[in-house]
Amino acid sequence: MSPTALSAPAVSAWDDHLVVLPVVLPIAVAGVMFLLDERRRRLKAALSLATVLALLAIALVLVGRVDAGAQVYRLGNWAAPYGIVLVVDRLSALMLVLAGVLGLCALVFSFARWGQAGPRFHGLFLLLLMGVNGAFLTGDLFNLFVFFEVMLAASYGLVLHGSGEVRIRAGLGYIAVNLVASLFFLVGVSLIYGTMGTLNMADLARRLATPASGEQALFEVGCAVLGLAFLIKCSAWPLGFWLPTTYAAASAPAAAVLAILSKVGIYVVVRLSLLLFGAGSSAGFGQTWILAAGLATMAYGTVGILAARDLTRAAGYAVMISSGTLLATLGTGSGGALAGALYYLFGSTLAAGALFLLAEILQRGRDPARADQPVFADEYRDPFDDAGATEVGRALPAAVALLGIGVLLCTLMLAGIPPLAGFVGKLAMFTGLAAGPITAPAWWLIAALTLSSFGTLMPLVRLGIRNLWVPSDDPPPVLRSTEFAALAGLLAVCLALALWGGPALAYADATVRWLEQPQDYVRAVLGAAQEGVRP
Amino acid sequence: MEIVLSLGIGVFAASGIWLMLRPRTFQVVLGISLLSYAVNLFIFAMGRLTVGAPPVLGAAAEVVSVDDPVPQALVLTALVIGFALTALFLVVLLAARGVTGSDHVDGREPHQAEPHPGNPHP
Repeated sequence: MSPTALSAPAVSAWDDHLVVLPVVLPIAVAGVMFLLDERRRRLKAALSLATVLALLAIALVLVGRVDAGAQVYRLGNWAAPYGIVLVVDRLSALMLVLAGVLGLCALVFSFARWGQAGPRFHGLFLLLLMGVNGAFLTGDLFNLFVFFEVMLAASYGLVLHGSGEVRIRAGLGYIAVNLVASLFFLVGVSLIYGTMGTLNMADLARRLATPASGEQALFEVGCAVLGLAFLIKCSAWPLGFWLPTTYAAASAPAAAVLAILSKVGIYVVVRLSLLLFGAGSSAGFGQTWILAAGLATMAYGTVGILAARDLTRAAGYAVMISSGTLLATLGTGSGGALAGALYYLFGSTLAAGALFLLAEILQRGRDPARADQPVFADEYRDPFDDAGATEVGRALPAAVALLGIGVLLCTLMLAGIPPLAGFVGKLAMFTGLAAGPITAPAWWLIAALTLSSFGTLMPLVRLGIRNLWVPSDDPPPVLRSTEFAALAGLLAVCLALALWGGPALAYADATVRWLEQPQDYVRAVLGAAQEGVRP
Repeated sequence: MEIVLSLGIGVFAASGIWLMLRPRTFQVVLGISLLSYAVNLFIFAMGRLTVGAPPVLGAAAEVVSVDDPVPQALVLTALVIGFALTALFLVVLLAARGVTGSDHVDGREPHQAEPHPGNPHP
C-alpha cells in the first residue's frame, strides 16, 4: 500500500496512514499471536492490551480530525470509484471509539479468568476488532462484506470460546443464521452492482442523485435484500431470535464485545439510509419498514427482558432494545431525535457490555455455561480453577458492594433514568421528536421509548435484588482487580458521557447534520480522488 | 444459455432452502452449500452473460463488448470465504454431534426431554 498522494498538503504522509491503522494494526498483531505458543500468556496479554490501547488512542485522534468533514484513504492510491477507499467521518470515528472502549474493557476483564478458558482467544479477539473497525471505515460495499465476514468468523470462534455443550449448541444456530445472512448480503450487493454498475457508496449516492432509470426498481430490491442482511445482524424483530440465546451462552468478555457486533448492523443501516435515500430518486426508501422493524424490536425486547430469568439474558434483550431504539428513530426521519439516539446508542452499548460482565460475576458457580466437556482437552482450562500460578490481579474486598453499584449504574443507564446518560439520550430524542409538528410515527416512538424504559427498569431491579440481596448459601462472588478495572472503565465512560453531556450531544448533533448532507461525503470521496488520479 | 443458468440457480436455491430447513445438521450444511452455489452463480449473472468476449485487459481498442471482471472478483472472494466458513461450520457440527450425542439441530432427538431443565437458575 503506497501512501495517499498529496491530496491534503496540510497533513503529512504519516498522519494520513492513521486511517488505515485500525484495520492493519490488529490483523498484524493477530498474525503474531497465532504464531506464539499458548503458554506465553503474559506476553500475549501484554501485546493485545498494547494493541487495543493503541486502537483506542487512534480512534480518539481521528475524532479530533473529522471536524472538517471526512478524511479519505485510498488503498494503493487508486482513484475512488475504481479503487478501494477507507473513509473516516464523524459517525465512523464515533463508532471506532465505541469499539475501542468496549474492546479494551472486555479484554482487561478476560485477563482475570476467561482469556485462559480456551486457545487463541487473543488472536480471535483482535481479528474481531479488525473486522469491526474495517466495517466502520470502509467506503465500499464489497469490502464491507469482507470485513463483515472477518468479524463474523472471529465471532464464531469467540462464541465457542470456553467450549461446553450450551455454547456449541448456541454456536451452531448462530453460525447457520449468519451464513444465511451473508448470502442475503451477497445477493443484495450483486443486484446493486448489476443495476448501478458500482459498489462505491459515494458513487452510488452520486448516481442516485440523477433521475430514476428503468432499473430503479431492481436496485431497490437489491437494497432491500441487503438491508435484510443488516437487520439480521442488528437483531431486528423478527430476525433477531438468535441474539439472546447466543449472547447468554457466550463467555462474559466475548458477550461484552459481541454487543458491538449488532451495532455494526445499525451503523450500516444508518449510513446507507442517509447516504443513499436521504435525497435523490429513491428518497425515503424503506423508511416505514425501518420504523416498523424498530418499534417491533423494542416491543419484543421489552417483553423479552420482562420475562428474563437471569441477568445475561436480560443484557441480551437490552442490546435488542437499544438496536430497536435507533432503528425506530431513524425511521421517523427526525434529525434531532437521531442525534439523541446516537448518544443513547453509545451509552447503552457500554452499559449492556458492563451488564454482561457483571452478570457473569454474580452468577458464577451457578452458571451452567462454564467451561466443561472440552473438545480437545489439552487446550482448555477451567477459568475458575484457581490453583494455577497464572493469577493476574488479586481479589478485592467488599466485592458485593461494588457489584451492587455496578448493577445500579447499568440499570439507570439502560432504563434511561436520571441522572445518567441514558436519560439524557432519551430526553434528547423526545426533544428532537417534539421539535416540529409531532407526527404519528413520533407518537409511536415516544410511547415505545417510555414503555421500554419501564420494561427495562422492572426486571433489572428484580434481578439485581435477587442476585445481590437474597441470602444464599453460595460463597460471595470474588472480584479480581482486573475485573473491577474493566467494569469501572465501562461505567466511568458512562458517567463521563453524562458529565460531559453537552459536548457529546453537540458531537452527535454535528454527526447527524453531516450525515444529512450526503453531497459533502460524495465530494470528499470522489472529489479528493479526482485531484490525484494516477497517470 | 440464459434459461440454463437461471434454471441452475433456481434448482440450487430451491434444494438449498429445502435442505437448510431439514432437522439434521448435515442436511443444513449441504443446504447452505447449495444455496451459496446459487448465490455465486447469481453474482456471475449480474455481470451479464457474455460469450467469447475478451477480458478488459485485451489489447484491441475496437472491442465493444468486454467481460466485466468485477463480478468474477466478487465470486472469487465469496467462494473463498464461503468455503472457509462451511469448513468451520462442519467442525462445530462435529463438536455438537460429539457433545450432545445427536445430529439434530436442537442438539436432542425430538422425542427426548430437554437435557437441561428450562430454568437453570432457580
